[in-house]
Amino acid sequence: MATETTHSDGLADAVGVAEHSADGNAGMPQLDFSTWGNQIFWLVVALIAIYFILSRVALPRIAAILAERQGSITNDIAAAEDLKAKAVDAEAAYDQALLDARAEAQRIIAAAQADIQGDLDVAIEKADAEISAKTAESEKAIAEIRAGALENVKTVAKDTAKEIIAVLGGEADAKAVNAAVTARMKG
Amino acid sequence: MATEAQGAEEGGLVFHPMDQFIVSPLGGDGIVSWFTFTNAALWTGLAVLAVFAILVLGTSKRAVVPGRMQSIAELAYGFVYKMVEDICGKEGVKYFPYIMTLFMFIVCANFLGLIPTAFTPTSHFAVTVVLAMAVFLTVTILGFIKNGAAFLGLFWVASAPLALRPVLAIIELISYFVRPVSHSIRLAGNVMAGHAVIKVFAGFAAIAVISPVSVVAITAMYGLEVLVSFIQAYVFTILTCVYLKDALHPGH
Repeated sequence: MATETTHSDGLADAVGVAEHSADGNAGMPQLDFSTWGNQIFWLVVALIAIYFILSRVALPRIAAILAERQGSITNDIAAAEDLKAKAVDAEAAYDQALLDARAEAQRIIAAAQADIQGDLDVAIEKADAEISAKTAESEKAIAEIRAGALENVKTVAKDTAKEIIAVLGGEADAKAVNAAVTARMKG
Repeated sequence: MATEAQGAEEGGLVFHPMDQFIVSPLGGDGIVSWFTFTNAALWTGLAVLAVFAILVLGTSKRAVVPGRMQSIAELAYGFVYKMVEDICGKEGVKYFPYIMTLFMFIVCANFLGLIPTAFTPTSHFAVTVVLAMAVFLTVTILGFIKNGAAFLGLFWVASAPLALRPVLAIIELISYFVRPVSHSIRLAGNVMAGHAVIKVFAGFAAIAVISPVSVVAITAMYGLEVLVSFIQAYVFTILTCVYLKDALHPGH
């Protein structure tokens, strides 16, 4: 303990005070001024160390973290606003599309109805024309048949008249018989 | 140990409430010179390490969403920063690192001192007087540098009647010079008193009948000490801010 003794030599009064405080009940160790130099030295060292830790590393870093957080919060809020605007736009576009689709559907329905009506009209007309054509044809056929029947009756009447005259023994004059039958038919 | 012997004679009660504050060299006995590594030096160093752990290691991840330690670091930063900004205004912000240094040292030393058998640097006037004098001298010098002779306007209460002003000036002057005294004694006194009271209660625990009461009392006192540790650090810091505000804006 050579060093200790040299220390003791240099600080004899300090030793005295230290022994005094070692008694325990001699008063407050806070007022033992022999330890003040030591405490102040270490305190100053500690404060300088803390100051450099804070000013060089800790405070700039925490400030950067807080600034970054503030920045990202601001960005996120801006992004959220953006997305909200987009959503509103999308809704408007959707509504517009729905309206357009409805209008288109109405238009298509109207067109289809018009189309169908047109087809129907044409078909009805065609059917009417066919019916009237058929009617005309039938009437003509009936007229022909009727005319044919009249002619046949005339021929049969002439032939019958000639046969009857021949049976009765008369000389049948073909021209006179024909004229008589024709006259009678007009009757 | 004369007192112990004496205490034993008095029925087992041994009170050494102030022994916990004795500064002694670590690793042997001997005298305490300036550079001796003492228990005070150890716990002062541990306070530095605690500050480093909270503010540097705690924020090493630089997370946008903070973890526990980073939250504590950010809370401490925001707490002191807001205090400085609110009291001293925008001009005071450049002194924020110094005030943060004071606050972090005091709060870490106080809380480390709550560990049983620990030494509390802030219970010593040597420490608090240096801190308070540093604040006092800095503020006074800064006041004169910033405002010149106008800093003396701090003592001249312009809003008071003219006849009263000289009297008020003397009172103001006295109160100005009492500031470092109250500033330092408030911190050391609070911390020391709490620790000493706990020791006194612990001394009573030697009597079997009283010991449960003693344990309860120590527990309650310890809770109070936790509060005091933070509040005194806060008070010291906020008073530093108030004094700094006087230096920056000496008008009343």
